[in-house]
Amino acid sequence: MSTETIKKSAYRVCETTGLNIFKKAEFFTKANAVLAVIFLLIGGIAALTLALTRWSNVMLLDDVWYYRMITLHGTNMLVFWIIFFEMAILYFASTTLLNTEVFSKALGYISLVLMSVGAIMTNYIILDGQADVMLTSYPPLQAHPLFYLGIILFAVGALVVCFNFFATLYKAKKNKTYEGSMPLVTFGATTAAIIAVVALLHGAAALIPTYFWSMGWAEMMDPGAYRLLWWGLGHHSQQINVAAMVSVWYFIATLSTGAKPLNETVCRGAFILYILFINLAAAHHLLVDPGLSSEWKIWNTSYAMYLAVLASMIHGYTVPASMEVAMRRKGYNKGIFGWFAKLPWKDPGFSAVALSAIIFGFIGGITGVTLGTEQINIMAHNTLRIPGHFHATVVGGTSLAFMGLCYYLVPLIFQKDFYLKKLARIQPWLFGGGIVIMSFGMSFAGTYGVPRRLYDSDFSGANLETGFDSIAHIFLGVLGVGGVIAFTGLLLFIGLIVAAVFFGPSLKGKRMPTWQSEREQKMTDELISKGYEVEGEDYHAKTPGTIGLVIIFLLSFAIYYFANWAALTDLWHIG
Amino acid sequence: MEEEKIHPIQKFMDNIWLLLALGIAVPSLSYTFWGLAEIYSLAKGILP
Repeated sequence: MSTETIKKSAYRVCETTGLNIFKKAEFFTKANAVLAVIFLLIGGIAALTLALTRWSNVMLLDDVWYYRMITLHGTNMLVFWIIFFEMAILYFASTTLLNTEVFSKALGYISLVLMSVGAIMTNYIILDGQADVMLTSYPPLQAHPLFYLGIILFAVGALVVCFNFFATLYKAKKNKTYEGSMPLVTFGATTAAIIAVVALLHGAAALIPTYFWSMGWAEMMDPGAYRLLWWGLGHHSQQINVAAMVSVWYFIATLSTGAKPLNETVCRGAFILYILFINLAAAHHLLVDPGLSSEWKIWNTSYAMYLAVLASMIHGYTVPASMEVAMRRKGYNKGIFGWFAKLPWKDPGFSAVALSAIIFGFIGGITGVTLGTEQINIMAHNTLRIPGHFHATVVGGTSLAFMGLCYYLVPLIFQKDFYLKKLARIQPWLFGGGIVIMSFGMSFAGTYGVPRRLYDSDFSGANLETGFDSIAHIFLGVLGVGGVIAFTGLLLFIGLIVAAVFFGPSLKGKRMPTWQSEREQKMTDELISKGYEVEGEDYHAKTPGTIGLVIIFLLSFAIYYFANWAALTDLWHIG
Repeated sequence: MEEEKIHPIQKFMDNIWLLLALGIAVPSLSYTFWGLAEIYSLAKGILP
């Protein structure tokens, strides 16, 4: 029981979940989420222009604007959108789920100002044409000092949120506002926050000396060391996404189906594997760097990193398995996959999260582990296969999961209802489908050797005959079509969110309208309220459907992995 | 009242400060310091 004295005016009780929503934390959750969506729109517009430029029959932009837009796109999508949204998750997970108010309102404001000023400054200087260095900004490419300063301010602001988050956890534990261990979703958010601290420290180590260099106060940093430190920000920050995304999977699985993790200790153990090993994956980016040994590369990208892959596979099993158990408890026991067909697919929050898990695992995960193998990487490094992989993880996985969360965040936190619900139901399919098509286009064009981050795939004007097979250009067209579809899905998402948040019908004092039938919702509510008190009855429930999905996944992985080794033997004859 | 015994693994999982310390230490040693040591121990390249 809580020993913290909480003023009644400091919180409201959510009509749907019964959880206490603390007003200060609610403000910071809302502010960070709104800012995230603004930067998502900027990054999305840049994405459309890039897709229409890589589509070789269109080539929308000229070379200068191509590199400007790729800088704008990467910075807004991989840094501002995703980290602002993760900060919103940290506020929610540390307060509402632990029944406590945020540690410091002042720190919340300071971080908000630092992050906003940093993001605006960086966007301004990119659009002004003084930072055409792409997100990675490898020296000796040099941007205007405000580019580095903007990202540094943003990172410091995000670090302040992490400090506020840990202080809130400490305060909640000290005041005993929750019993036993913290909830799994908060534990996942804690994992994300720990990874964020590591990422932001690496960002400081790479960008502060580079800022000094751009000001003329210091020598240029060694490019090899810069790459190592920068990827400690660039790739680690994508691991914040993974931890936050998996937390969202668990959260939405519970809200939409009444699922409860099969074994919390195993799930927490998997998060700990993330904390210890997932950050080593940054070494994938340096697999062809000459200054690093094979021992360093293989240890970091294989032996140690596979423990984090194991963690993803644990989550990849426990999330659908918990849903299968919940659906079977509701009576959907027909065959192996009867429960799967009866999942609440009409709920966009659920469908977004389910598609996120499928795209992340089947496309992003399988390609990631394969391309991260040192020998195979040599065929794929700096080709379009790499963006084909990470658009499936970061966009099809994380961004889609965060979109799914928004379908719950808007009614529960903003207390507003959606208009045009039929369109909301198709939005995750449109966005997810577009990303899958785009990812396939990138990956297949990449197998023909088409480089990433290159304006002109034909090398027009070169003295030697260059360019790629016509089939590669077909796949670049597929990339473009997928990009247009995904952008349509993104625009629809932003339109639905803006219409609901600013003009939507108020839900104050009301329950969140269900996306399911009344009967379904009643069964879900019963599972959530009762939990699994009768552990003996269901705790060891069989999950044949999920096992079937796992077998399909492992077979897909084995086929893709060995096909790549076969391709390597074609390329690199031995004997 | 006698306090409920908590399993050591559960205690470890509940200790966010220890997890934070390990979360910083493991990648810093394995990825960052090892990598930087290799890069900075290279002999300087001389242009022809």
